[in-house]
Amino acid sequence: MIWDALFLGLGYNATLVTIGAMLLGMAAGVGGTFLFLRKRALVSDAVAHATLPGVGLAFIVMVAFGGDGRSLVGLLLGGAMSAGIGLLCVSWLSTRTRLAEDAAIGAVLSVFFGFGIVILTVIQAMNAGRQAGLEGFLLGSTAGMLRTDAIVLAVSAALTLGLVLLLRRPLTLASFDPEYASASGRSIARIDLAMMGIVLAVTVVGLKIVGLILIVALLIIPPVTARFWTERTDHVVAISGLVGGFAGYLGAATSAAVPDVPTGPIIVLISFALFALSLLFAPQRGVLSSFLRHRSFQRRVHLRQGLLALAQHQPIYEGLTMRLLKNAGLVLADGVPTDAGKARAAKAMLDEARWTIVRGDQSYEAAAILYDGLTDLETLLTADQLQDVDARLSKPHGVGA
Amino acid sequence: MSVELATLNGQQADRTARADSPLAIRGMTVSYGQKPAVFSVDMTIRSGAMTAIIGPNGAGKSTLLKAALGILTPLAGTVTVLGKSVAQMRDHIAYVPQRASVDWDFPTRVIDVVMMGLYGQLGLLGRVRQTHRDQAMACLNRVGMADFATRQIGQLSGGQQQRVFLARSLVQAADLYLLDEPFAGVDAATETAIIGVLKGLRDAGKTVVVVHHDLSTVTDYFDDVFLINTQVIAQGSVATTFTQENLQTTYGGRLAGAQMDALSGTLG
Repeated sequence: MIWDALFLGLGYNATLVTIGAMLLGMAAGVGGTFLFLRKRALVSDAVAHATLPGVGLAFIVMVAFGGDGRSLVGLLLGGAMSAGIGLLCVSWLSTRTRLAEDAAIGAVLSVFFGFGIVILTVIQAMNAGRQAGLEGFLLGSTAGMLRTDAIVLAVSAALTLGLVLLLRRPLTLASFDPEYASASGRSIARIDLAMMGIVLAVTVVGLKIVGLILIVALLIIPPVTARFWTERTDHVVAISGLVGGFAGYLGAATSAAVPDVPTGPIIVLISFALFALSLLFAPQRGVLSSFLRHRSFQRRVHLRQGLLALAQHQPIYEGLTMRLLKNAGLVLADGVPTDAGKARAAKAMLDEARWTIVRGDQSYEAAAILYDGLTDLETLLTADQLQDVDARLSKPHGVGA
Repeated sequence: MSVELATLNGQQADRTARADSPLAIRGMTVSYGQKPAVFSVDMTIRSGAMTAIIGPNGAGKSTLLKAALGILTPLAGTVTVLGKSVAQMRDHIAYVPQRASVDWDFPTRVIDVVMMGLYGQLGLLGRVRQTHRDQAMACLNRVGMADFATRQIGQLSGGQQQRVFLARSLVQAADLYLLDEPFAGVDAATETAIIGVLKGLRDAGKTVVVVHHDLSTVTDYFDDVFLINTQVIAQGSVATTFTQENLQTTYGGRLAGAQMDALSGTLG
């Protein structure tokens, strides 16, 4: 059954939902990247929680007008409205009062969510009886979704994704350097508004699929995961979209195959797994590679210092230095340097002298910035440059030509 | 009657001055809360000159620049660029913010930052072509940073970061350059590189305005000075305006006698 789900073989509706979840994951990952880079990720949590009273009130209003209250589009519109009000509250509190944004987020999030829960309780006591399904907005449930609803969600997710891609340049500029963006005639207020509009769209589309409690994870985990792999904004955006899309697809497919499992938590756990893998194993910024790099750097420093000490006939006190020299066959057991050791030591001295010249000369700036006390200059300079440096080596200061 | 006429003549003269100036500010007041940072400032920048905005810490130098560009909303005041509004003249203005105003761990490379200077031209969807990349590389070359094009910006020294910011403004090919403390905390090599580029711009007929803090270099670097301490103290050419008396007024008692003596050789 899981294979059927993965290959979209569980029928038309389940397929639509899975595609919708994938598009939602991509939109959230791509949009969330700018939220993360602008350091406003938590605003999305307030937005998501602020949807709940709107969803509840929309249900009550629709029942009052004689409907059955379960029209997904109606419920989502209600959610969007109250989320919009919550967003206004956050931005008003943080710009017009002395409250910082985090305090405003905390206040708005809890008050709106509390209010929403009260409304859900009221609904449960109502005669309409068919309130069933509203809890699904908390953690997401795609089981038994109507075909039209699935189409609406998939199309909205695709539109949101398109909007983010259209606005990627202003969003990048505002995230990196808002003052410059503003000086070049872009309204930061409007860019932020667009960013929040994207968050609102992702949240509303995601309400039924991942649920309001976990939306924030969909916006934050993919960009944070992507950041481990690259130093370029456009690549963070692309990888984040892929991570989000993959998690959405796999999560929705799994949930379709195992109907009792709520969709949201599965999607979040899958993106967390990708995050954990990146955290540990990413080549540059990952924890494991940082640790290995640090250790190898430490060993190279010890070896270098040991060689310099040998060259200058100084005693070596540190056990690690001595062990490394011995293991490399550069000194004998009694600490006397071998021929190889002597040669390496002399080379290290030469390299030090070359580096001193390179670091003191502005024209070698690009090489000088790579100075780490270890790197062989021959790997950085051209043969001509090296010749120039060596020519200056043979003419020490104060000695006339 | 004659007083009215004089006033009318004065207004006419001011209108002409504003229409000619690449940056003219009238009656600018900016406040944080109830305390004005910049109060009723008039400023007329001379075309094709290098002007230093000078004043003590908290005198409103950066604030004035930001308000002129619309980054901050002033309480009062008008700004014109060659007689037109700033909004109409955006394409002719390049701004270099303070280095400390951005997060240097941002995932972006040197070349990408310079390309941001072309976003205005490219619009939302314009494709980045080889000519754009060539322009960006040429500007990096002018500030001596071409070798660093693909480095992540966080790997650069402070001075190198400042030169990248300058390159981003150069690629805009503007006529008016506004720089906020470009020499703050940079190495000597960077200072030489930046002043060389700025003087080159001036010699090509561009107008350069710099928020500056190092009094000892003013005479070497600039043509005009604008002395400010919340209010305007004096403005004009370095020779006539950068005087001991004006500096004492600008800095109050904050400029020690020893600093004054050291400066006296360079004063106008």
